[in-house]
Amino acid sequence: MNFLALIGRVILDGLETAGRMGMFAGNGVRHAVLPPFYFRLIGRQMLAIGYFSLPVVGLTALFTGMVLALQIYIGSARFNAESAVATIVVIGITRELGPVLGGLMVAGRVSAAIAAEIGTMRVTEQIDALVTLSTNPFKYLVAPRLWAATITLPLLVLVADTIGVMGGYLIGTQKLGFNAGSYLKNTLDFLETADVVSGLVKAAVFGFIIALMGCYHGFHSKGGAQGVGRATTDAVVSASILILIANYIVTELFFAK
Amino acid sequence: MTAPPKISIRGLRKSFGSKLVLDGIDLDVERGESLVIIGGSGSGKSVTLKCVLGLIRPDAGSIRIDGTEVVGMRGDARDEMLRKFGMLFQGAALFDSLKVWENVAFGLIEGRHMPRAKAREVALQKLAQVGLGVEVGELSPAELSGGMQKRVALARAIAAEPEIIFFDEPTTGLDPIMADVINDLIVQCVKRLGATALSITHDMASARKIADRIAMLYKGRLIWVGPVKDIDHSQNAHVDQFINGRAEGPIQMEVLRP
Repeated sequence: MNFLALIGRVILDGLETAGRMGMFAGNGVRHAVLPPFYFRLIGRQMLAIGYFSLPVVGLTALFTGMVLALQIYIGSARFNAESAVATIVVIGITRELGPVLGGLMVAGRVSAAIAAEIGTMRVTEQIDALVTLSTNPFKYLVAPRLWAATITLPLLVLVADTIGVMGGYLIGTQKLGFNAGSYLKNTLDFLETADVVSGLVKAAVFGFIIALMGCYHGFHSKGGAQGVGRATTDAVVSASILILIANYIVTELFFAK
Repeated sequence: MTAPPKISIRGLRKSFGSKLVLDGIDLDVERGESLVIIGGSGSGKSVTLKCVLGLIRPDAGSIRIDGTEVVGMRGDARDEMLRKFGMLFQGAALFDSLKVWENVAFGLIEGRHMPRAKAREVALQKLAQVGLGVEVGELSPAELSGGMQKRVALARAIAAEPEIIFFDEPTTGLDPIMADVINDLIVQCVKRLGATALSITHDMASARKIADRIAMLYKGRLIWVGPVKDIDHSQNAHVDQFINGRAEGPIQMEVLRP
């Protein structure tokens, strides 16, 4: 095939997908903010997305905090700035690593689960059945998941922040010989509200992306088990990439202030 | 002035990519009539149903329900139109996260905002109509056999007492006796509701039992439409071959011969 035509095809396909995702997102948001609301479904999804992600997010945060303390100690020892470990750990966790690593872990767990569930409903005609029973699938399937993920991700990240700082504290006091009181004092003294808030805003954005990608790929899956499998993979990959891109954009927005 | 047909389809065309699936369908279904569309796999039967429901957007043509154009209809008007419909899906399409009675009551609770307790009563009554007891209502769809799932799906389709019911391959995948049970139930339910029924099938026994009229779809066109009693002397070679299930004839399957 003509090389230029190939480039054109790839770009056009990309734009088409972006457009369809944008329209899907717009439709989803419209149904999420307009009544009626399915509070029971939102609650159930919050449990599935939030509560059951606690172990994986907690473990991720714990070990990230621990390794961060070690690495920063090694680096800061080179210019006698070991006392900065506590401060850098807490800023690193709250601003960046808590939301991003937490978001990526939840993307793997939740985007995949949503895409598989909705994809199966698509290929077994359950979504068509919803329509024939006078129920809008966007309202019934997409909106509750968007709400649940956008609300629960910040809560999860708050837990991750706490556990991550605790991981740093454990290594700092048990292995690197910091005084427990001064480690905690250093952690709190230089922490600003914006550090935590920017992390939580990121988490909310990531939550939206995770649910959106799961729903989008699930909705557009076709062709039986194989199609659902592909939708699941696509959901996780696209959610992860979009999280990293959105992370930069949100950071830039907060940085500009 | 006579009332317009319940469903009136004119010049319906649809292609997927370069494959032409529906090539100008004209079809009327009168109020209270049961029409069955027969045809081989891939002849466009399901696409026709899905176009009427608005699940697939046709490329051209007009579909009128009670005289109102429904192609391109959206929002509240479409919701209102869909309230007239019930559909039995080929694979039953029960919601596996809900119990059987919640499936049957779904359209009442979500679509019509009926209180749960009342909807449950109606659901159990509809389950009884298809020969399923109260205890089945508490099971999950995955615990049921194929025949029971079809019956639950039938109960769900008729729960909101629709004016029009679609049956997509109602007997596919069932043993002949269960297929006949389902056919009987379909006839009973449609009669009881006085509903208009549009079915698609390639099971001739089923078609003869539930149809008032039969239409045959072949290569995206309706090649024969007539009362069920005339189907055996249709003078149409394609129809003859299909209803007698012969491999030899004008319809050639696209299979490689050794």
